[in-house]
Amino acid sequence: MDLQTLIYLFVGVSFALYIGIAIWSKAASTKDFYVAGGGVHPVANGMATAADWMSAASFISLAGIIAYKGSDGGAYLMGWTGGYVLLALLLAPYLRKFGKFTVPDFVGDRYYSDVARTVAVVAVIFISFTYVAGQMRGVGIVFSRFLQVDVNTGVVIGMVIVFVYAVLGGMKGITYTQVAQYMVMIIAYLIPAIFLSLMVTDTFLPQLGIFAKTTFAFSDGVKEIPAGTYLMHALDQSLVDLGFNEYTKPGNLWNMFMLTVALMVGTAGLPHVIVRFFTVPKVKDARISAGWALLFIAILYTTVASVAAFSRVNIIDRVQNVEYQKWVTEGVKQDDGRINHGGWFKTWEEGHLLAWNDRNGDGKIQYAAGKAFDDPKGKPHYNGKVAPDGHLLTSNPLPPQGNKPFDNEVYIDRDIIVLANPEIANLPNWVIALIAAGGLAAALSTAAGLLLVISSSISHDLLGRVMFKDPVTGKSKLSDKAELLAARLAAVAAIVVAGYLGINPPGFVAQVVAFAFGLAAASFFPAIILGIFDKRMNKAGAIAGISVGLIFTFGYIIYFVFMGGDPKNYLLGVAPTGIGTIGMVLHFIVALIVSRVTEPPPAHIQEMVENIRIPRGAGEAHDH
Amino acid sequence: MTEEKAKAYWKENISAILKLLAIWFIVSYGAGILFINQLNTIEISGVKLGFWFAQQGAIYVFVILIFVYVKWMNKIDEKYDVHE
Repeated sequence: MDLQTLIYLFVGVSFALYIGIAIWSKAASTKDFYVAGGGVHPVANGMATAADWMSAASFISLAGIIAYKGSDGGAYLMGWTGGYVLLALLLAPYLRKFGKFTVPDFVGDRYYSDVARTVAVVAVIFISFTYVAGQMRGVGIVFSRFLQVDVNTGVVIGMVIVFVYAVLGGMKGITYTQVAQYMVMIIAYLIPAIFLSLMVTDTFLPQLGIFAKTTFAFSDGVKEIPAGTYLMHALDQSLVDLGFNEYTKPGNLWNMFMLTVALMVGTAGLPHVIVRFFTVPKVKDARISAGWALLFIAILYTTVASVAAFSRVNIIDRVQNVEYQKWVTEGVKQDDGRINHGGWFKTWEEGHLLAWNDRNGDGKIQYAAGKAFDDPKGKPHYNGKVAPDGHLLTSNPLPPQGNKPFDNEVYIDRDIIVLANPEIANLPNWVIALIAAGGLAAALSTAAGLLLVISSSISHDLLGRVMFKDPVTGKSKLSDKAELLAARLAAVAAIVVAGYLGINPPGFVAQVVAFAFGLAAASFFPAIILGIFDKRMNKAGAIAGISVGLIFTFGYIIYFVFMGGDPKNYLLGVAPTGIGTIGMVLHFIVALIVSRVTEPPPAHIQEMVENIRIPRGAGEAHDH
Repeated sequence: MTEEKAKAYWKENISAILKLLAIWFIVSYGAGILFINQLNTIEISGVKLGFWFAQQGAIYVFVILIFVYVKWMNKIDEKYDVHE
């Protein structure tokens, strides 16, 4: 079968599976809709959490980021996994014992304040939407590249699929769909990784591949790297030859530290992750399902370092000094007889995520450090014209010439590394089709989880507990049926907004991700930790802490990312991506001081805190 | 449950959490960041040790830590008769 048919087949079958599961597990009550009835098995919940957590960024972008950042990329690998240790030890069991539906529920009840609850709702919605926008872009990239439809149609198809299972199935539908999506995603990630590992190092497990020796000799353009060199030595050597930093050499350790803290704490404070631990039957299950979640995530995350290293070696081996025209049309044979076909280069070039600038006019591609195009970020501006040899021309002025060892002529968008890997390595067509299905599974599963959190914040917290609150009983005046309908309508609205963001992506999608983590780290994580571990923490302390954490982090990121603040003025030298860490520290300090000079919380709140510390009697997640 | 017993249970819980978080800190922030340059002088099959901790090793330890925590806490829960 040809590639296109295979892609339609793989993606079609996986979509049919998701919709089938959604129909089978339709939500009948608000409890089904918000927390899947509170009866999900811990292993299933772990798998669903893993799919919920691993987004298009993990699946599509992460290996590319590591491939370019080298050693410093460890911040992302540790940061996005280490947060689960905090979740398991400090949050999940207690929140499950607390036994409500959402994060604003906890903040509002523990701090006996509707102001705190409303601030929490706003933060949940803002954090979740910034995240959703990124997912929708991921869906768009996969669709436009693999399904030959334009990005907008792709986003609309994605919206319809999510609509069916998130709106009908609620948390129950999402959970069981995510179990299926995890399986699709992990198979789609591991199979190409194993192929690559066998090809580059002759080692089956990609995790061990980085300890192995290369199977082929290649020229980095300066020197010949013989076969049988340790992979990491080959990588360090060739990158240094080409004027890059050594791959394994750490950069600024202070910023790596701050970024790792912000990502870990942010992970543990993200509402769509926390809410997953409300879905299991017991406190014991909440603890163990965090373990299963991390195990399932680790299966993918421990291969990322290897995939990153393999692809960087592959790119140098395949791209360096090939004759463009012949390479992209008929392919070339390398010295040792391996076939090297550049069809992928042409495809991604046409997708405007890759570009070649024949600066020395020799018709061959040279890859080295430095910008190939004169632009602040080195990005090409296509002028719609095509050179005689078929490559797309750009309007960028020529960057400064005469670099060592030679001028770089290639621009590669990091986001294409994982998607292009199977083609770069000449893997069979079905592997490429699998990657398409996997990328979509990653983006859709995360988008659905986020949309659910947004809709439950609106229907449950804002409508049920603030706007339609009965002033006498403190309970919602809405019937369960009415609230369920409101939740579904809120989900529809959220999908439409997410779709709009996917079709008209704000130019700063990548930067706003720093927002989501920074704000989660500076707001929810400290507020919940103090709520559990500090019985003396009161309303005034919490509101002061949350406000200071949010305003500081928000302001810092706005100033340095969007208003062109000079990096020289960074506070303590911390980049905006890691500023959530400082925001969190400020939150802790302010909350502790303010709480100690104001009234202690009322007796029934102190009792509640004592109660959530004891596992027995968690029962089912209960309403109000 | 008496107040004293609840206090003792909470104390034992906190001490378990702190011990596990100490390991969590050492493998990630210690080995993967603060002492990465020192550990990088040790090399196994071409892979520098600090680099490995930051990109793979810490993740394995994280997974083990959570499962150890679950076993440990379940035991403490039973000891104080607060299990479900």
